[in-house]
Amino acid sequence: MGDLLFEGAEWTFDTLRRCHDAAAEVASNVLGLDTYPNQIEVISAEQMLDAYSSIGMPLFYRHWSFGKHFARNEGLYRAGMQGLAYEIVINSNPCLSYVMEENTAMMQTLVIAHAAFGHNHFFKNNYLFKQWTDADGILDYLEFAKSYISQCEERYGEAAVESLLDAAHALMSHGVHRYPRRRPADLRSEQRRERDRRAHEEAMYNDLWRTVPRGKAAAGDNRVEERRRALLQLPQENILYFLEKSAPRLAPWQREVLRIVRQIAQYFYPQGQTKVMNEGCATYVHYRIMTHLHEHGRLTDGAWMEFLHSHTNVVFQPEYDDRRYSGINPYALGYAMMEDIARIVRTPTDEDRAWFPDIAGTGDEMAVLRDVWANYRDESFILQFLSPKLIRQMRIFDVLDDANEPEMRVMAIHDERGYRRIQRALAKQYDVAWTTPDIQVADVNLAGDRRLILHHRALNRVLLDEGDTRLVLQHLADLWGYDVLLKEVDPGNEAVLKEHAASPRGNILRQDALI
Amino acid sequence: MQIVDRRLNPGGRSLANRQRFMRRAKSLIRRAVHESSGERSIKDADQAGEVSLPTEGVHEPSFRRGRSGGVRDYVLPGNKDYQEGDTIARPNNGGGGRGSEGSPDGEGQDDFRFALSHDEFVDLFLEDLELPDLAKRNVTKTESVTWHRAGYSVTGSPANLALMRTVRNGLSRRIALKRPKRGEIEALEAEIAGLEASGEDPLRLTSLRDDLARARRRASRIPYIDPLDVRYRTFQSSPKPIAQAVMFCLMDVSGSMTEHMKDLAKRFYVLLYIFLKRRYKHVDIVFIRHTHLAQEVDEDTFFHSPETGGTVVSTALEEMIRVMRERYHPEDWNIYGAQASDGDNTSSDNERTASLLTDHILPSCQYYAYLEVGREGEHFPPGFARRHSDLWQTYSMVVATGAPMAMRKVNHRRDIFPVFRELFSRKPKAGAAAERVDA
Repeated sequence: MGDLLFEGAEWTFDTLRRCHDAAAEVASNVLGLDTYPNQIEVISAEQMLDAYSSIGMPLFYRHWSFGKHFARNEGLYRAGMQGLAYEIVINSNPCLSYVMEENTAMMQTLVIAHAAFGHNHFFKNNYLFKQWTDADGILDYLEFAKSYISQCEERYGEAAVESLLDAAHALMSHGVHRYPRRRPADLRSEQRRERDRRAHEEAMYNDLWRTVPRGKAAAGDNRVEERRRALLQLPQENILYFLEKSAPRLAPWQREVLRIVRQIAQYFYPQGQTKVMNEGCATYVHYRIMTHLHEHGRLTDGAWMEFLHSHTNVVFQPEYDDRRYSGINPYALGYAMMEDIARIVRTPTDEDRAWFPDIAGTGDEMAVLRDVWANYRDESFILQFLSPKLIRQMRIFDVLDDANEPEMRVMAIHDERGYRRIQRALAKQYDVAWTTPDIQVADVNLAGDRRLILHHRALNRVLLDEGDTRLVLQHLADLWGYDVLLKEVDPGNEAVLKEHAASPRGNILRQDALI
Repeated sequence: MQIVDRRLNPGGRSLANRQRFMRRAKSLIRRAVHESSGERSIKDADQAGEVSLPTEGVHEPSFRRGRSGGVRDYVLPGNKDYQEGDTIARPNNGGGGRGSEGSPDGEGQDDFRFALSHDEFVDLFLEDLELPDLAKRNVTKTESVTWHRAGYSVTGSPANLALMRTVRNGLSRRIALKRPKRGEIEALEAEIAGLEASGEDPLRLTSLRDDLARARRRASRIPYIDPLDVRYRTFQSSPKPIAQAVMFCLMDVSGSMTEHMKDLAKRFYVLLYIFLKRRYKHVDIVFIRHTHLAQEVDEDTFFHSPETGGTVVSTALEEMIRVMRERYHPEDWNIYGAQASDGDNTSSDNERTASLLTDHILPSCQYYAYLEVGREGEHFPPGFARRHSDLWQTYSMVVATGAPMAMRKVNHRRDIFPVFRELFSRKPKAGAAAERVDA
């Protein structure tokens, strides 16, 4: 039995340190977590609102939309309609966690366990974060972005920068690379490949090929076309990247600003894909740490009850017909799945053995969970690990809404026939390819009228929201400098379902006079 | 692990973003402010306030799917009694209400409440308004003075010693005169001690001793702080312009004034009060109500105590003149008058009213506003000329002489603000206090 970490609600910096050290011990010895070093920052409620408004980052460039978010959150907070988050955690090295001064000692412990160990471990180990974000450099990059944009404001005027940022923000969701880019091969492997190719050709040489008559005219045109598309890297789904590299009329500083917005979008890209896992991981970790601390006499029973109260609030999932229902709560789903995996590993049933032969009964739930946290994102995680038991427990069902049918139809419920479909349907809702529309730059004729053509592959014939699309397309046309055409294409039969067009507005972004 | 206390960091980091947002949404906020000023109670009209903005005005668009059409799946928790293959009628709002997608940016489509600080509120509220005739006639004649900083001097009282400046002067003087630093002397001493102990290099020892003696002499000759270095902060006095105003609220409280009319008048006074308060440090209000008798009263009585009697406007003007003589001398005060009435007056009194106004009140006033309040929904069929009230006709003649006076008619609460704006809106020329004699 250890000493109590604290008694009552009051805390001091010393308490924070003790709680952190106790949590760290559990995290590394019992759970085997691997984290960045922690930096815990104590802030006031107003500073928390500040942090909210800049997407949780400690520093950010200036833009009116952040003021809007601040005003909105402040309004809700003052009216008592919304509590503040107890913490914000930033994927950086060292890992920054903001805790509020109003929290009780128990809350601080919970927050440290949740953010400084749960999220921290996830950030450091998940493959998406490793692949896409640079935890060491993000704060420096934001510092650079902030000062660069404020320099631009000084030089080119706030209005010019603001309209550029408006346009860039509108396209932010389509400013990320979704696949790792091909790295240019180094000289040695180039040489090796060249040798292999030659060897292959020699081995396959057949004199007969020489005698095959060759097609002529049409091929020539096609090659030019192909070459142009290759040079522009078309089709291109990262619209901001395409504009930064190829928009004919942007000034260098404008390209740099697009790049900044794009980099930041890329930094946040993994977070959108791992919401359920990230929160599930953090919630599971805080539950384990707090339980451990309580079992070893480091927390009073009062603090334990307070913890349970707050924990159950966090993982509460209202049912679909509840007035409070607003989608599936990522904390609830994530935590339930982590608990479920631990159960399958420890005490599997026959059903679990049939569904999860790899992990059922292996005995070390932390090893399995650490592996899951490192190698999955929400979509694959749900597809793989949403167990029949959990589907039954949450009574999940799947409703299909086909606009061509008069009524919606229940396609699957929590029974033997429905499990697979529910897994797939739920996983799809977390698939980025489904959550953000698939829009790509399809073609542009740089020698002709320079009209930019984009395709939206309308999955399941779901079209884009008309009003928003018009506005975004207008921004896109302003950036591109010439006409823009967006075709909504049915991926099944390549039929064009709808077209949107926009022309650039006069001098909104033109800085020709200034360059 | 590190714990950092950020609570003491300067707050208001979002201020710049907030200002950008306000500039962006200015027209929306302005409209919201004016609408909300109609709703809120008079007492806190100039308090900081919340306004609600429609979200679409500051919408941030993005490529997203529409809310209806196509084929879509909803995966929902908490099935009660649905079986596979059941059909469900589609909700009218196209399924968006089932909310499995929610709104894409995580924000509802409701208006959002936006809290404005007091200054922001009043700024927007009174934007583009200006007090007419701001050139105060008596600005030069004033007794009060204000002190302000006026650089440094070499003499002064010890309380005004400018420490930073003094020490800085001392430092630059010591550098200029090459006063040896303590470190240099200590280094010499240490080296001498070292040489004495080892007994080597007697030549160098003597030269070092000379150096040390010279340095000590120099240090004692050049003081650390010299009287030459000392500086004092100086202050100068400058005459303070009059920054106080008094506002006279005159109202007819005879039986013909309905609650509605009083409410209109009150709203007008409140606006005027906020407006004056913004321009003057100190604003006094004098409430004078009248029937056939006039009386200075407190605010509560002014608005709420019922009174009966005839209507003799000149009594109120006399009372105002009396209070002005006693307490608010025009040379010390900027005087504003605001009178509200339904326009009734005893016919025989009109002439006296006009002369009191022209001869005594208007010459000492910065501005005098007359508001004629009417019944709600009062309107005249087209083609019928509207009869002007006694008071209106009387005052029209006064205004025609070009006095600093304005008059308006108001029937409905919503007209108050436009009328007020119209009275005080920034005009190209100061003399354009022209009235408009129509409904």
